[in-house]
Amino acid sequence: MNIHEYQAKEIFKKYNVPTPNGYIAFSEEEAVQNAQKLGGNIWVVKAQIHAGGRGLGGGVKLARSLAEVRTLASEILGMTLVTHQTGSAGKLVHKVYIEEGVDIADELYLGIALDRAKEMPVIIASREGGMEIEKVAHTSPDKIIKIAIDPFIGFQPYHGRELAFGLGLAKEEMSSFIQFASNLYKAYIEKDAELIEINPLVKTKSGNFVALDGKIGFDDNALFRHPEIEAMRDLTEENLAEREASQHGLSYVKLDGNVGCMVNGAGLAMGTMDTINHLGGTPANFLDVGGSANAQTVATGFKIILKDHNVKSIFVNIFGGIVRCDRIANGILEATKLVNVDVPVIVRLDGTNAVEAAEILKNANIKNIIIATDLNDGAKKAVAAANGDIL
Amino acid sequence: MSILINKDTKVIVQGFTGKEGSFHAEQCLAYGTKIVGGVTPGKGGTTHLEKPVFDTVSSAVKATGATVSMVFVPPAFVADAVMEAADAGIELSVIITEGAPIRDMQLAKAYATKKGMKTIGPNCPGIITAGECKIGIMPGAIFKKGNIGLISKSGTLTYESANQVCQEGFGISTAVGIGGDPIIGLSYIDLLALFEADAETEAIVMIGEIGGDLEIQAASYIKTHITKPIIAFIAGQSAPEGKRMGHAGAIISGSAGTATEKMAALAAVGVHVVQTPAQIGTKVAEVLKK
Repeated sequence: MNIHEYQAKEIFKKYNVPTPNGYIAFSEEEAVQNAQKLGGNIWVVKAQIHAGGRGLGGGVKLARSLAEVRTLASEILGMTLVTHQTGSAGKLVHKVYIEEGVDIADELYLGIALDRAKEMPVIIASREGGMEIEKVAHTSPDKIIKIAIDPFIGFQPYHGRELAFGLGLAKEEMSSFIQFASNLYKAYIEKDAELIEINPLVKTKSGNFVALDGKIGFDDNALFRHPEIEAMRDLTEENLAEREASQHGLSYVKLDGNVGCMVNGAGLAMGTMDTINHLGGTPANFLDVGGSANAQTVATGFKIILKDHNVKSIFVNIFGGIVRCDRIANGILEATKLVNVDVPVIVRLDGTNAVEAAEILKNANIKNIIIATDLNDGAKKAVAAANGDIL
Repeated sequence: MSILINKDTKVIVQGFTGKEGSFHAEQCLAYGTKIVGGVTPGKGGTTHLEKPVFDTVSSAVKATGATVSMVFVPPAFVADAVMEAADAGIELSVIITEGAPIRDMQLAKAYATKKGMKTIGPNCPGIITAGECKIGIMPGAIFKKGNIGLISKSGTLTYESANQVCQEGFGISTAVGIGGDPIIGLSYIDLLALFEADAETEAIVMIGEIGGDLEIQAASYIKTHITKPIIAFIAGQSAPEGKRMGHAGAIISGSAGTATEKMAALAAVGVHVVQTPAQIGTKVAEVLKK
């Protein structure tokens, strides 16, 4: 689960990771009030969406007067912000963060992520703040410092020294930077974060380290023990259909093609999409109905897939293991009674009792249900049906 | 021969009396797996599925001589269960549970390694040695005995490929679902080494997917250590790029974890890489009949 910059900074504050002062605003009026509350004579108006690259996309602007805060807030609120992470459709901005200006002397990068190979968190730091870390990693990998932290010992002072010396910090800056990194690591562990990025982490002209930006992604599996994080969920950032699917225990991702897919298991679901692509078709979605495909999950799956009007055919590809295929076949028949399915449905059931299942579907004699013998046959038929071929 | 488990392997079930644990333990018993008991704290001294129930793993191990545990406890308790098994001298823990927090698994895996206990999973279908022993939730009937070793991140793709392999007239020696979580137990390299050393296994089917770089690591291991033919499929060539906020996870390994990248790395070391999962069975036949 992802959160906004302003929410990430709330968490930073609780862990004594310094951030500029700021307040969230939902209207230009509120934006001006926030700026007044902050005082000073320079503010930053920042669009709050779940994507990076906001500055380049025109979603982060400097204001030098309250009038300018008002103008910029009204421009940014309600704009559709397109960045390299939003896709071409962009994201609608519902709120802006009003932050005090900071005197920047230097910009660094600091992040914490899971190193899958080492199976422990790794702190990543670079002097090239403000740049995309992927680009830095590509062009000058020697400028990136990576320190893995064994969770059994946690963040130790020597980890901090490795970072500080690696970044070439001045002697008098070391202890405050080490404290910064140590506090951030504590937040990462205690909140079950998957990824934290501060880009840029700035050194102010008065020599303090401040998180000018903040991104946190959390481990969904650990949300059960973090109701305070769950409460930060912003539903407007989530795709409606994907959300509805997850409420029913299905995993759905909308794509741009016209062959709807309903599959059990994430790997087979991806494999089904790959097969459709390979045969010249385009999948309309990824949909994993999970381990227990029954009438209810199949019916919900049909409903969600059919909300996408690009869908011209549906490929139901189920490998029945513990759940027997004859039961799934009956589930599919029942589901077609619950939902009006008006496109060809190609059904491939394999595994336990597959023969009986094919018999059940055949005897039901439903016009738009077409039986496939295996994965390839099913994908072929689904692609043909989506192209308007009569099967 | 086979790898890791066979007809003599003694297994206990952690989370034995729960709904999932009960159902699948019964299926495993029906397959012939030597389940010698189970652990459910507070129910020690009772009997379930005609097997003894223990309060702790150590008492279960002492009484039964079990060497493998199959874990069905809920996600919040997985790490605890795995560490308890490691402490009790279990040699292999097969973790079926889906949804264990990553932080917990870091600790559990590290502790298991320290204690010399192997783990499989979490979030996986388990392991099966065809015709001998099934420790997991896979449909046993599709795994006919034979000479193909199978390693897969995905559950249903394990079934799909085992089914195709068997329909081509071949069979499975041992199949292992390693799970697709960020922190997993035995991985490609460990299992490739075991299959290479297993006299019964003639060829290996390897199923991977997008994310991480385990398949890339496996490729460099294959180059220098594996002589048996490998047939591989990587799921997710057509998957859109994840809705990740940043790519800090990927820069650690210097790889983006795409299917294309993994397929190229495997093909470069002589692995027979197929484009779709529908081609696995025929490719196995083609490679072995050469």
